[in-house]
Amino acid sequence: MGPLVIGLGALGVLIVLVVILMGMYNGLVRARVDCDNGWAQIDVQLKRRYDLIPNLVETVKGYASHERETLEAVIRARQQAVAITSDSAHAAAKADAENMISQALGRLFALSEAYPQLKADGNFRQMQEELTSTENKIGFARQHFNDTVGRYEERRQTFPTNLVAGLFNFSQREYFELQDAAQREAPKVSFS
Amino acid sequence: MSAARPPERPSAESRRERIAREVSAYPGTITFNDLIRKNKRQSVVLIVCMLLLCLALGAAMGAAAGVYAGGGELTSLLPSVAIGAGAAFLFGGLGAMWSWFSGSDAILRMMGAIEIEKGADPELFNVVDEMRIAAGLPMPRVYLINDTALNAFATGRDPEHGVVAVTRGLREKLTRDELQAVVAHEMAHIRHFDIRFAMLMATMVGLIVFACDAFWRITFRAGRYGGGRRSGGKSGGGGAVVIVVLVLAVLLAILAPIVARFIQMAYSREREYLADAGAVELTRNPLALAGALSRIAGDDEPLVEVANRGTAHMFIANPLKKAREAHQNINSLFSSHPPMDKRIARILALTR
Repeated sequence: MGPLVIGLGALGVLIVLVVILMGMYNGLVRARVDCDNGWAQIDVQLKRRYDLIPNLVETVKGYASHERETLEAVIRARQQAVAITSDSAHAAAKADAENMISQALGRLFALSEAYPQLKADGNFRQMQEELTSTENKIGFARQHFNDTVGRYEERRQTFPTNLVAGLFNFSQREYFELQDAAQREAPKVSFS
Repeated sequence: MSAARPPERPSAESRRERIAREVSAYPGTITFNDLIRKNKRQSVVLIVCMLLLCLALGAAMGAAAGVYAGGGELTSLLPSVAIGAGAAFLFGGLGAMWSWFSGSDAILRMMGAIEIEKGADPELFNVVDEMRIAAGLPMPRVYLINDTALNAFATGRDPEHGVVAVTRGLREKLTRDELQAVVAHEMAHIRHFDIRFAMLMATMVGLIVFACDAFWRITFRAGRYGGGRRSGGKSGGGGAVVIVVLVLAVLLAILAPIVARFIQMAYSREREYLADAGAVELTRNPLALAGALSRIAGDDEPLVEVANRGTAHMFIANPLKKAREAHQNINSLFSSHPPMDKRIARILALTR
């Protein structure tokens, strides 16, 4: 009876081990899929901004057609950003181009202060809300992406999941980082 | 004369001082992740307490029922314990299933909340959209409660069925950042599966109250009609067991509903702290949430028309008039929300 009991015990331990390993492996895969989804969500919002910009430019043209420079800066920035493919290799260039759009849009919205009729236009105000919100959404999508990368990296680097990660080549994921130092600076608030 | 007077409303200055004192009680390096971990730990303790209470109650009632049926020995009580537990399980299962599939619709109907489309309020929709992106969740449905009080709540058994509802008063009186903070608080409830848990918790509490109520009815009936049967026959050790079991069961039947309610409310308060921390995680803007909460706290109007004791725990701030007056700044064992100033203090502790 001895060998049979030992054999069964070993089999039981083996099964438990395999189940635990499967859990760790699946957890890592899920975390990696979350990262990919997070990245895709950023693209969804960027795409939405590209789609909104031509409409906005048309609306502004109706009231302030001679502000050529500002309008063209927005269109140019958009074209440049669209041309850059969105993957990790071009992440830095893409982020720079997106920053250019944000700045050009900022100037465009500042322009509306000088044109009361434009500012009062319902369509323009709707566009402004949509674009401002899309800007926020891009920011929140990036924040969420970084959250998912953080969870993935925590899993990947902590014991014992790091053993499984090493065994199956789960590679490191990069955080999304803003190039502009001023934007990276977290808002500091103090209570005194 | 002066002793009988109700306590004065604290002035703004003393309130600010009190909050500042609370803030300094938290360690300087505290982050929202610490708060979430702390709250999760405490939630587990609460759940274990509730399960133990259920177990004790079920066992005692089964035993008491067995005693009434005439058994003095402990082994003869086992079948009645099993039957009692089975019945409780069945009722609990049915109740949980109902709240699972139609609970949130029933609640929305009860509150007179109406679903709105994006065209009706693009800004509100964008704010909700921003927060669900930050949380990485699907877009919840958005409801408006036509009431001038400042309040909001979330419902839905999982993120796929999430609902965020705000009152018209809240929508009109808060800035965009504050509105975002409130929506983030509701989104945190959805993300933490608080609503599912609160529904199951409510079912369990309801079950306990129901069971105790049934116990009383049976006891009185048995006392009237069947009391005489026990007096004959059993002697010695059997009689002592009967008395001990009965005293225990009576005690539990008195205490269980109170303790259950107490645990439910303690859980509810922890979840509010957790959702506040989760909201800050999403917005990265503690000041906006603190601002929104103090604005809501400053608003005296209760949501009497649509809220009751059963639904009060779902709101961002206690909607009941009595509760608003009494518990606003008092840490009561039976209030569904922590005192506003304590919540604000915990949030502001994150900004240092």
